[in-house]
This record gives sequence, structure tokens and C-alpha cells, in this order.
Amino acid sequence: MKNINVIGFKLSLIAVLFMSGLAQAGGGDDPLLTKVMFDEVERGVGSNEPTSFNIQAWMGKDINKFWLKTKGEYQNADNKELEIQALYSRAIAPYWDAQVGIRVDLEPSPSRNWAVLGLQGLAPYFFEIDAALFIGEEGRTAMRVTAEYEMLLTQKLILTPEVKVNLYGKNDAVLGIGSGLSDISAGLRLRYEIKREFAPYIGVEWARKFGNTAEFARVEGKKVEGTQVVIGLRAWF
Amino acid sequence: MSNTKNNLESISGLQDKGRRRFVLGASAMLALAALPFPKNAFAKAISESLTQLSGKVFDLSIDYKTVNFTGKSARATVVNQVLPAPILRWKEGETVTLRVKNNLDQDSSIHWHGIILPTEMDGVPGLSFDGIKPGETFEYQFKVQQNGTYWYHSHSGFQEQTGVYGPIIIDPAEPDPVVYDREYVVMLSDWSDTPPEKIYANLKKQSTYYNYSERTVSDLFTDIRKHGLINTWKARGMWNDMRMSDRDISDVTGAAYTFLMNGKTPEQGWNALFKQGEKVRLRFINAAAMTIFDVRIPGLKMSVVATDGQNIQPVEVDEFRMGVAETYDVIVEPEEGNAYCIFAQNIDRTGFTVGNLTSAAHLVAAVPSMDPAPILGHGDMGMSMEGMDHGDMDHGNMAHGAMDHGAVAHAEMDHGSMAMGTPALGLAGFGSTAEIKHADAEYGPHIDMRADAPQNGLHDPGIGLRNHQAEYNRKVLTYADLKGLHPTYDKRQPSREIQLHLTGNMHRYMWSINGVRFSDAEPLVLEYGERVRFTLVNDTMMTHPMHLHGMWSDLETGDPDFIPRKHTVIVQPGSTISYLVTADAIGKWAYHCHLLYHMPGMFLKVVVR
Repeated sequence: MKNINVIGFKLSLIAVLFMSGLAQAGGGDDPLLTKVMFDEVERGVGSNEPTSFNIQAWMGKDINKFWLKTKGEYQNADNKELEIQALYSRAIAPYWDAQVGIRVDLEPSPSRNWAVLGLQGLAPYFFEIDAALFIGEEGRTAMRVTAEYEMLLTQKLILTPEVKVNLYGKNDAVLGIGSGLSDISAGLRLRYEIKREFAPYIGVEWARKFGNTAEFARVEGKKVEGTQVVIGLRAWF
Repeated sequence: MSNTKNNLESISGLQDKGRRRFVLGASAMLALAALPFPKNAFAKAISESLTQLSGKVFDLSIDYKTVNFTGKSARATVVNQVLPAPILRWKEGETVTLRVKNNLDQDSSIHWHGIILPTEMDGVPGLSFDGIKPGETFEYQFKVQQNGTYWYHSHSGFQEQTGVYGPIIIDPAEPDPVVYDREYVVMLSDWSDTPPEKIYANLKKQSTYYNYSERTVSDLFTDIRKHGLINTWKARGMWNDMRMSDRDISDVTGAAYTFLMNGKTPEQGWNALFKQGEKVRLRFINAAAMTIFDVRIPGLKMSVVATDGQNIQPVEVDEFRMGVAETYDVIVEPEEGNAYCIFAQNIDRTGFTVGNLTSAAHLVAAVPSMDPAPILGHGDMGMSMEGMDHGDMDHGNMAHGAMDHGAVAHAEMDHGSMAMGTPALGLAGFGSTAEIKHADAEYGPHIDMRADAPQNGLHDPGIGLRNHQAEYNRKVLTYADLKGLHPTYDKRQPSREIQLHLTGNMHRYMWSINGVRFSDAEPLVLEYGERVRFTLVNDTMMTHPMHLHGMWSDLETGDPDFIPRKHTVIVQPGSTISYLVTADAIGKWAYHCHLLYHMPGMFLKVVVR
């Protein structure tokens, strides 16, 4: 853990130095900005349903940004997840940013550390894509692809289908992760933008484990597939 | 249909009930305005509610002031405590002195927009001078060499958004060829309670932040019902591939702005009185930060007599578009016993501002409803017209087709000149025949579009106006209608042509010229005395009003003998436009898009040496 903290500190230091350099070189067209996005902060409807969040933030300019991504879920002391990514993000194409950095899975225990190589942006047909390759210790590898689409029912009522896929290079039995396709989740969230920056939503999320991951779950007596109704808040500033 | 109906209502009758607030405001203010001036005095009568300063020496002070246009208090930056700033009335041939005191806690400046003057008097921080520091006074002094309708504004930060703008009227030394009995300045602008830095940041974080006119699912179903699934899929394909919105018309819309006419909100209304038989000269100035306005006065023909302060051969229209910073002078002849609505709707139809031109205090004209919002077509992306979409742009596309003939004619002429051994430039007055070339710097994350088959924008009324002749029988002014009243000042052929591409990435909200933003750009160098053609290619789908400081932009509208002079020229989306410039002013000059939030990037330094 100590090791990772040091790496993370160095990375953010490099990013800050890098961008302050730009601040002097750049003109008034490109101010240093910060955006914090509470993309999903939600709770399952019903008893003993989890609370989860997906929060991102960036600081930077048009081309270069320092990007933080965190997500987590809490059901009870035995079932919790917390992941943090710290990334340097650079615009490489009109709609695409390349991202490199580190990811730390703090929960569940034992924690896992990864290097991150990612691509984030807007694909044709307005699909918002976040795809990343993770390279961990002891030969662990993983890949995650998230695709999201925004359907405007009205100017303020927006339906967002989202699909998330996780794949792993090898089994991580301690954490119940199997190699190959591990899990897919698909969500449908309907938000109302009271203002651009503030939108409560209701949604439904379906998730299913596959392959070895599903096997591990069955052995532990956990659910392989589930659907839950969520209420949540999307906000940014 | 409802628009037509509204028009007829305001033409045939007057509405003097049901708008109590409007009427009350009107009568209160008209009580002041309707003082019994003799006719001559009317000729010099200023617009109701605008302050006028005249003479040779002017003291201006820039201060903060609390204003309330929306029901909430907000901080404005103002000149001499008024918004808009006072009308400055100068006389051609005189030398004026303007002492500008900056009482803000940040640098400020005043730029005299469209005024021909020495470079150090132009008021652009970093180019003309260092700006005016807080607490300091800068003395501008220059000889007035022109006449007409102009304006002035801050060229520092985003102070144009928050109120530092005012009209300039210069009375001609010779008798005015424009005959009128009464005049009013009509200054259009946009106000937001949101600080401009915040608006800019919002656009960088979400470029669609202020767009509440996006396509919805029901638009999709409507299209499928009208055109079928296959055709709809095809029509949507380009937009989906390019990740662009055909509803992206204005970056900042009525969602942020309250539109003002002479500092009055639409609820307040601005009022102007006329007397029987008078010819009224309306001096329209678009002093908005980001808003392109479409102006009309239902029931009145407008005779356009000047643009950007320069007289043109009068042309009668029902409607005209004003890019930010453009000015248009029109003559109207309203009829006694009537009231007319001066109606200025913004380009994306999310708001408007109004005035009431009336012969009596109790008469208030009906306010027409706004026209439908424009929808962009393939032509607005600078794409070829084949396989065009099924949107509402068909009329526009037809107009483009007609333009091509003109282009062919130019090409033929050019062959003639080539035969005589002159360079292969289009003839003066007819515009460019050069090939469209995209610079290497136009490729990368900062650019989302390049117009590969841009049309000439000369005959194009512009997005949202193209069908107005056919649909409402409203004649809309185009640049092709502009012919100078004075014969062409410099009849030389251009010695060279500079092709400049207006570029950007809407999604990332980055703007540049030739793919290079201002802070990275080399200056554009002109040799003193040369006659050069500027050809602008709009590689974006926004309408950009481009402003060259210090020298006239001689717009090539097809008549080499009567080339109109402008200071600000609209470049239509995905289109080109050409003008000639005589580099007759030594110095460092600004050249930029006059949309305030495009300006930081879409800006070039022009050096004449």
C-alpha cells in the first residue's frame, strides 16, 4: 500500500507541475478548469440493498487533464468495494482521450494494484465509451468496457442505457474472480435535469456473473444474477 | 401558419389591451419622449432612455454597477453609470479626445469599433497599448475620418458581456445622402446574470450546456413517420458518424440570456415615437456578446441605407440578419395612427427583444411569435449537396444550387485573366476562385470538422431564414444585395489572396484560425499599401462574424464598381466569403471572431508594415 501511495503522489505531482507549465504558456482561451462529476450516487430500493457510487473528477485544460475515477459499493461489512484510479488524460483525437495511470482496489481485501491504459470518448452514434486495460501484479490482467447512450425523451428528461463488461486474464480465487468474461451489467436510468448540474434519477440495473466467476459465486452461495431498482442522483460542478 | 397570422394581426390592427404591463411602461416613458420638439430638433432627437454625449472632448468612466434585468440583482460593468454606455456623437473631420477612467479592479480598455484611426488608439490590450490599469485614465485622441453608425466596447476580458458597450454616431461633414426626419439608435444586446467566466467554463465542461433545443426521441418518431425508417436512418447517419447535432445553432441561448433593446428587457419594451409623414432612420447595432439577431418590423418595409457605418445603395427588405458587431441603418415610413413592433429574435429562436415604434403613447404593437428554430443541413457542414438530408433546409440547398452558376461565371472570367498572364486570382469584386486547402494544423484533437465542398455564402440569407421568402413572403437581406453608394474606393486587383479557415472543436469548445489558436499563432503580415483578398472558409457549423480592426473589409458582392465596405463580415456555416483589404494602416491590428467566447482562440494578430 505504501508503495502505491508514493506512486500516486508522484503521479499527481507530475500532473500538477505539467499543467502549471501550460498555464504560463497558454493564452486566455484555455483556462485551468476543474470538473467534479457524481455520475451515479444511488441506493437499491428494498431492504439490504447496496449503496453505490461512481464519481469522477478532472482538473486541466483542453488537451491535458489529470483525471480521478472512483467507484464503490457498500452492502455490509463483508460486501464492499472501493476502487480509485488516478490518470493522466490527453486528447488524441477530436472525440477521444487516451488515459494512463494507476488503479487501486482498496476493497475487498486483499487490495489489488493495477497500471491503467485507457481510451475514453464519444464513438460514432453518440456512444460514450470508457475502455481500459489493467495490468496488475503477479501477471494479473483485466479489461473493462463501459458504453453509455443518452436518449432525450424531452430536453430535461433523459433515459440512459448503459452496459459494463469486465474481463480478466486469470483466476483470482481469493476475490472470487475468474478468468475470461467475468461479469456484465446493464442499467437503464431515467433522470430529470432540474438544472444541468443536478438530476435525480430512478433506474434498474441487471447484473450477471459468467464463467469461472459465476462458479466461484455458486460455491460461496452467492447470487450469480440479480436485478435491482435504484434511486439516485447525478450531479456535477 | 401561426406566424403568418400574427403578422397579419400586427399589420391590420393594433392591440391595446391585454398587455397591461407593457402599456403602462410605454405610456410612462412616452410622457417623457413626447415633448413637443420642432421638426428639426427631432432630427437630432436621441433614443428614449439612451444618454447622448456630443462635442470634441469626452470623459468616460468605467465602473461596476448593480443592475436588475431578470428579477435578480447582478453586477455589471458600465460606462458613466448607464447600460448601454452613452451615445457618443462626433462630427466627421473633427479631432476627438476621449479620457477613459478605469474604476474596475481589473484592466479595462475601450475599442472604437469600425473607426479608422492610428493603431495606438485602437484600444486592444497587447496590440495597441497595455490596457488601462485599475484607477488609471487613458486619453484617446484621433481625427474622425468617416461618418455613420458605429459603436464602442471594452476589449478586455469578457467586459463586453457585462455592459461596456455603447453607440457612436458620426455626423457627416458633407450633406447626408440619407434623408430622414427622425432617428433612433436601436442597440441590441444580451445580458446574463451568470458571470461570463462561468459561462465560458460551462461551455468547456459541457458544450451543449445552454442548448435546450436538441433532438428528442419524438423528433425521431416524427421523422420516421414522415420519411420512413430507411430514409431517416440515412439522414441521421452523417450526424451520428460525425457526432454533431443539427440543432446546435447558438453556443449560448435564451436559457442564459435576457435580450435587450437599448437596455430594455422584452417585458419593459423600448418605445420610440414618430409623427405623421416622417421618415425614421433606425440605426441598428448588434452589441451582443454571443447573439446573432434577425430583425424585422411586421407591417413595415425597411430600406437599408447603410451597413457598418457605410452608405449603400438603398435596398428594400422585410428582414435582415445581424452578426455580432454589425450595424445596419434603415429608413422606415410608418403610418400615422399605427404602432409597429421592432422585433429582433435570436438565431436559434430561444428569445427575442422588442421595441414599439408608435405614433401615439397608448398604441402598442402586437409582438409576433418567433419563427421555427433552424435545423442544420449537410450544406451547413460544407458537404456536397448530393444525398442531402430531408430536413427543413431544402430551400437553402436550392439557393446554393443557384449560386453555383455564379461561381462558374467567375471561373470563366478567371480563364480570361490567366490568358493575359495575370495571376490566377478571381477578379476584384467577384471573390475567390482559389482551391480550398486545409492546413496540416487542421488535423488533430482540436478540430472536429473541415468543409470539403464549401459553398459561397454571398447569396445565402443564412440558416433559419432561407425559406422566409417562400414561406412568409418576406424579403431577407443577403450580402449579395449590398452595393456601395460610393464607387469602389480602391479599384486595384488583389495582388494575392489569403485563405483563412475558421476552425474548432465544438465538443471540446476550442476555437482557432487555420487550426492554430491565438496564443500559438504567428502574426499575419501585410505590406503597407497592398491590396489583398481575404477568403474565409468556415470549417465549423457555427455562424462566425469576423472583424478586422483598422482597415475596411471590402466585401465582394459581385459588382466591382460599387464594392461595399464593412468592418464585420458574417461567415455562414460550412461556407466561404471573400473580401478585399487595402493595407493602408501601419501597425498591429486585431482580427477575430466577434462571438465573445470564440474570440480568445479564434483571433489573429495582423501586422501592416
